[in-house]
Amino acid sequence: MKKLINGVDQIVSEMVEGLVAAHPDKLRLIENTNVIVRADAPVQGKVALISGGGSGHEPAHAGYVGEGLLDAAVSGEVFTSPTPDQVLEAIKAVDSGSGVLLIVKNYSGDVMNFDMAADLAEAEDITVKQVVIRDDVAISNPDDRRGVAGTTLVHMIAGAAAAEGKSLDEVEAIAQGVADNVRSMGVSLSPCTVPASGKPGFTLDENEMEIGTGIHGEQGVERRELMQADAVTEELVQHVLDDMHLNDGTDVALMINGQGATPLMELYIVARKAIQLLKDRGIHVKKTFVGEYMTSLEMTGCSVTILNLDEERKRLLLSGRE
Amino acid sequence: MELSAAVMKQWALRINEKMQEHKDKLSELDQAIGDGDHGHNMARGFREVANKVEDASYDDIGAMYKDVASTLISKVGGASGPLYGTAFLKASNAWKGRDMLDSEAFTEGIEAAVGGIETRGKASLGDKTMLDVWIPVRDEMKEHGADAEKAAKTAEKEAEATIDKVAKKGRASYLGERSKGHMDPGAFSSQLVFEALAEVYKEEAS
Repeated sequence: MKKLINGVDQIVSEMVEGLVAAHPDKLRLIENTNVIVRADAPVQGKVALISGGGSGHEPAHAGYVGEGLLDAAVSGEVFTSPTPDQVLEAIKAVDSGSGVLLIVKNYSGDVMNFDMAADLAEAEDITVKQVVIRDDVAISNPDDRRGVAGTTLVHMIAGAAAAEGKSLDEVEAIAQGVADNVRSMGVSLSPCTVPASGKPGFTLDENEMEIGTGIHGEQGVERRELMQADAVTEELVQHVLDDMHLNDGTDVALMINGQGATPLMELYIVARKAIQLLKDRGIHVKKTFVGEYMTSLEMTGCSVTILNLDEERKRLLLSGRE
Repeated sequence: MELSAAVMKQWALRINEKMQEHKDKLSELDQAIGDGDHGHNMARGFREVANKVEDASYDDIGAMYKDVASTLISKVGGASGPLYGTAFLKASNAWKGRDMLDSEAFTEGIEAAVGGIETRGKASLGDKTMLDVWIPVRDEMKEHGADAEKAAKTAEKEAEATIDKVAKKGRASYLGERSKGHMDPGAFSSQLVFEALAEVYKEEAS
């Protein structure tokens, strides 16, 4: 294992320290935790948004803390959900009395820890709602789907809604609307190494790729011979569209997300084809994101995310922050 | 079978030793069908448990295991933190105020623990999870009374049996049929929990 770290046990604490040290005007660290909050939290009169999960997905989620996005992010160990007491600290730090929405990726650890935190917060009379994101169409059963890159679109749209002063119920409904209308699918060309284990999560031969990999380097659903970018893009876009049933003329947002070690050059090659494919199907891409939004350490590959935009989502996404 | 507060403390400490000893194997099992950090997380969590209970003195086994549970819940994270934490939290409720557990009282704790794991993890028997070990151990205790050595044997057998199962819960479930051929890491860590119990009970008896 070759990594620029000081020791496996300090990775997360040193990362959050670095983030806050680099952006002291925008971010604040809650003492003795790995919770990063907006420097001006709690923001009076505003519904607070919190997300979190294992580390190793940067910029998710701490990189999304800021005006118009999240109020707090809770970073667990690498690829390990944070504990309920850390989530509770985040809730207490950002609640202004307007309530808190937790944006949770559908991984069993995340769901359980955030659930326990919500129970603890309710015991302290803080109103907490949760939205669970399940955008990964690599898993066929919708209830079991993982939350992947589409989660960041929830941050942006729900964040914009909260910034407008909408109520907790309204923000929750908008976030749920995004969750219900966003789909993603990924492909990996090489694995990542969790520092604590020191070994790659899976191995791929020079000429192989893994379709449907999750964001923790967990193996995907199918291993294939490596194909060219256009063919891979077509496959990912088709998988996602098959699950969406979009009508001709539908407005969408498109995200081509790098998994951590993919050159932007390759992501744009994928973006080029994806945009063309959507255009051919009469689908209007109103907003395209190309870059790293939800990574998996140094995995190479990308994911394609498509979000069906209704008028409200479109307005919030185009006016909001990214 | 009777378990004193001293033996129950030894149990927690022995679980820690076992997790440290088998840390790499647990992670390797997790590597095959999950993300490869189960050994690291269990070793980290139970080291904290050992630090917490080692020098404390407890008459109340319930209070001791409440500390075990809250340490796991607050230090581990992932899925194993809430699952093991909830298991011991529910057991600690059943053991509240007792300085000695007879077979029946111990079984009540295990029964509560299984209920907690089921509620928290929403898994069932056969899903290739830790419950595939805990449920048979509980059933045997309910039927024949608690017997530490039998529990360890059952746990070992049932952990082994997870190899041929297809995972239905947790990260391994994403692999579908490909999860076959590997032991479930949570089942193996559960096996270690009951092996630790058998060891400390045997040492106490001899």
